[in-house]
Amino acid sequence: MHPLLTPINRFGLYLLAWVPLAGILIYLMAVPGRLGWLDATVLILPLCIIYQFVCLSAWYSCKAAPIQKSTGQRLWLTHVLAAAILSFLWILLAKLLAYGLSQLPAFQELDRRFASQLSVLFGAGFLLYLLSVASHYVILTIEDSNKAEARVQETSILARDAELKALKAQVNPHFLFNSLNSISALTSVDARRAREMCILLAEFLRMTLGLGEKASVPLSEELSLLHRYLAIERVRFGARLHIEEDLQEVSKSIQLPPLLLQPLVENAVTHGIANLTDGGTVRLSGQSYNGRVLLAIENSFDPESGPLRKGGLGLKNVRERLEARFGKAANMRVSAEAGKFRVELSFPVDPDEVKS
Amino acid sequence: MTKQDEKKITALIVDDEDLARLVLRELIETHPELEVVAECANGFEAVKAVTGHKPDLIFLDVQMPKLSGFDVLELIGTETPVIFVTAYDQYAMRAFEVHAVDYLLKPIGRERFEAALERAKSRLGEKLPPPPELAAAARAPKQFLERIVVRDGTRVTLIPVGKLDYAEAQDDYVALASEGKKHLKQQTIASLEACLDPDRFVRVHRSYLVNFERVARIEPYGKDSRLAILGDGTRLPVSKAGFARLKILLDQRA
Repeated sequence: MHPLLTPINRFGLYLLAWVPLAGILIYLMAVPGRLGWLDATVLILPLCIIYQFVCLSAWYSCKAAPIQKSTGQRLWLTHVLAAAILSFLWILLAKLLAYGLSQLPAFQELDRRFASQLSVLFGAGFLLYLLSVASHYVILTIEDSNKAEARVQETSILARDAELKALKAQVNPHFLFNSLNSISALTSVDARRAREMCILLAEFLRMTLGLGEKASVPLSEELSLLHRYLAIERVRFGARLHIEEDLQEVSKSIQLPPLLLQPLVENAVTHGIANLTDGGTVRLSGQSYNGRVLLAIENSFDPESGPLRKGGLGLKNVRERLEARFGKAANMRVSAEAGKFRVELSFPVDPDEVKS
Repeated sequence: MTKQDEKKITALIVDDEDLARLVLRELIETHPELEVVAECANGFEAVKAVTGHKPDLIFLDVQMPKLSGFDVLELIGTETPVIFVTAYDQYAMRAFEVHAVDYLLKPIGRERFEAALERAKSRLGEKLPPPPELAAAARAPKQFLERIVVRDGTRVTLIPVGKLDYAEAQDDYVALASEGKKHLKQQTIASLEACLDPDRFVRVHRSYLVNFERVARIEPYGKDSRLAILGDGTRLPVSKAGFARLKILLDQRA
């Protein structure tokens, strides 16, 4: 479809652009051409209305000879020839119209007076057509670059989706092996606890696999996953792992991307508590205000245990998923002060209300 | 008949997880010729226990707080056979490069455990080269030390490399100057240099390795030689070659 005909307001703009052009032509005929204002207007107005449609045809020749793929010579030849033929046909039409008008008493001898202006009209038609060609090339180039940009964006979105899907479904194998080792230890000393741990682990795995499929889950589901994860790690780390939770203020039905908090809690345990000889606390807390939720995961860490993983891959992944879901309305803050590593997520309770 | 046959083989268990130690103890206790002399929950305890109990065999976890299994090995040397025990398989290569007897993956199966034990028994009494050079050899290229572990008797000190001012060669030892104190470590200055980021530490002299950040200025000193003055006023000799290396680093940063 011709880009200037749809949408309708774009066609309107095109027509509007012709108003000054028609005005100039009328002036040229009326004053330097000495036709008089009335004669010039009656003659030129219908001619312009017809020619603006003729100029739209430039789109087809522009499409047939794309500017990037055609030689300069061929471009010139095509368009100059088209311009010459079309403006020639146009002045033939003009001559015919002038002759027809001259039969009326009000426009007597218009055709004779107009004859000297034919060359001016031919030149104008020629130039107008070339101008139209140039504009069409501009439009085509803009359209192409828009399309290319859209394609790039689409591919990057697809790539990120795939990446996120892969990351979501991942269970840390070391977590699995360490848990199995704990179970194997418990079997001989405390068979009941060994069985409990088996069940916790099975539930955790089942939930992880199930949650990965969904676009969003209520906080209650994410929390029950976290509780299982922490219960398993508590068996492993024993008294070294303290867990605190302060989430009364937050509604458990708020929606968030699945497994968003899990990697943060896992980081808190594996990079925080596991590096402390005397252990430490993982604290989950939340607040609600002004239609937003703030969730914070805080853990003790050892400042001497190598560089802090402030920009780690896990954190980057969480940030990206948060942004993919809530856009600019989401906020993530990471801080490490006085032996406390803290990640804060804040996002709107109802994303559809805020999303623009 | 050697002494080993009459006496029980003493073993040390090092793991930061109670349950992981429990599994090992159970497996070891099925062998009457073995005796667990101590269990340690971290690397510091392990270094202390090695000095105190002089065990014949060590079961050593890799991932532990503060001091990893590799750090412990670096501190205690390779005289005692070590079997690494871990849930991570990516350290296996490194473990064998530091002459570990074996590398057990958690959860530990009985057959695998028996095989490791057999290997350990055949290694009892063998002498192996001292560890620091080995530890350096085992470090992946382009991966530099973040901290240096130093042992003084049973006390273990961790020096983050950012806090190391300079190192001075003293025969088979290096003296590490950090925060106004000097720590002695059995290592050559060349092997220490190889473990440190060359963009941060410069060998300014045959016997001196300096933290580039600490150098305040360079002054001429006699013919052909110079002195590096550190921020705290310490003066270190700079050889001709050392000055050339300093200049390269200065030009890079300029």
